Amino acid sequence: MLRGVLGKTFRLIGYTIQYGCIAHCAFEYVGGVLMCSGPSMEPTIQNSDIVFAENLSRHFYGIQRGDIVIAKSPSDPKSNICKRVIGLEGDKIVTNSPSDFFKSHSYVPTGHVWLEGDNLQNSTDSRYYGPIPYGLIRGRIFFKIWPLSDFGFLRDSPNGHRFSDD
Amino acid sequence: CKGFFVAVPVAVTFLDRVACVARVEGASMQPSLNPGGSQSSDVVLLNHWKVRNFEVQRGDIVSLVSPKNPEQKIIKRVIALEGDIVKTIGHKNRYVKVPRGHIWVEGDHHGHSFDSNSFGPVSLGLLHAHATHILWPPERWQKLESVLPPERLLVQREEE
Repeated sequence: MLRGVLGKTFRLIGYTIQYGCIAHCAFEYVGGVLMCSGPSMEPTIQNSDIVFAENLSRHFYGIQRGDIVIAKSPSDPKSNICKRVIGLEGDKIVTNSPSDFFKSHSYVPTGHVWLEGDNLQNSTDSRYYGPIPYGLIRGRIFFKIWPLSDFGFLRDSPNGHRFSDD
Repeated sequence: CKGFFVAVPVAVTFLDRVACVARVEGASMQPSLNPGGSQSSDVVLLNHWKVRNFEVQRGDIVSLVSPKNPEQKIIKRVIALEGDIVKTIGHKNRYVKVPRGHIWVEGDHHGHSFDSNSFGPVSLGLLHAHATHILWPPERWQKLESVLPPERLLVQREEE
């Protein structure tokens, strides 16, 4: 009797480990489904939208300007941020506000990216914490699953003027 | 063939999340690692499990994704944690307070090390593993101790 229960328990643990590992590999190397919270990517992504992220671009270093990425927060590695890539290494970024008299700019350092939320009025991003290392990027968000009224590939940035022409 | 689909994900998950081994290149951690130079590279055990919650101690030897080149991993010693103030060597500021969620890392071989003195504090999100042992060559089998060079840290943050 005990041996039967023990056998079943070990088999259950075995299956849990096996499927847990498959889930790890799937998310780490392919992609997964995520829910986003916060207003910083409105109107492209609203609070509580469910999106699909792929992790292949990050592994092949194929993230491009205009991509929406999910990355680890630079000040809290346990939480994630969801922003758009405005500049890659070497790009020139305008750092002054539109209302400033003097224009200022800086260049994105090697190995880093400049991120901004689509909702520029309500987004804490690289304008606040500076460029972040590419290594913090987890994946690229490219498709929205929920709400169904907005199902489909994600739109381009509403802030085209933020992208460098160089 | 079914065994393949079980073994590969389990092995990959183990190497990603539990532990793996790596050969150390370069002289930046001499004499602790690679004291013989390019003639014999140390092979170390990298423990991912210990840093799964991004918990590190001052003096730990860690591997991390290079902030200047995401395709490369670098291995350095943790000198300071968030809130500490470091006395830098060759950095543009003489003293740096380590921001929240960041650490300050240095190679043991100052002057031959591309570390926080060049690229500043690094985000904990780049942490890859804790190097706990030297596995090869056999005569260098040892546990790597967490030793903090005392003169590097200026002010330690108050522990709660």
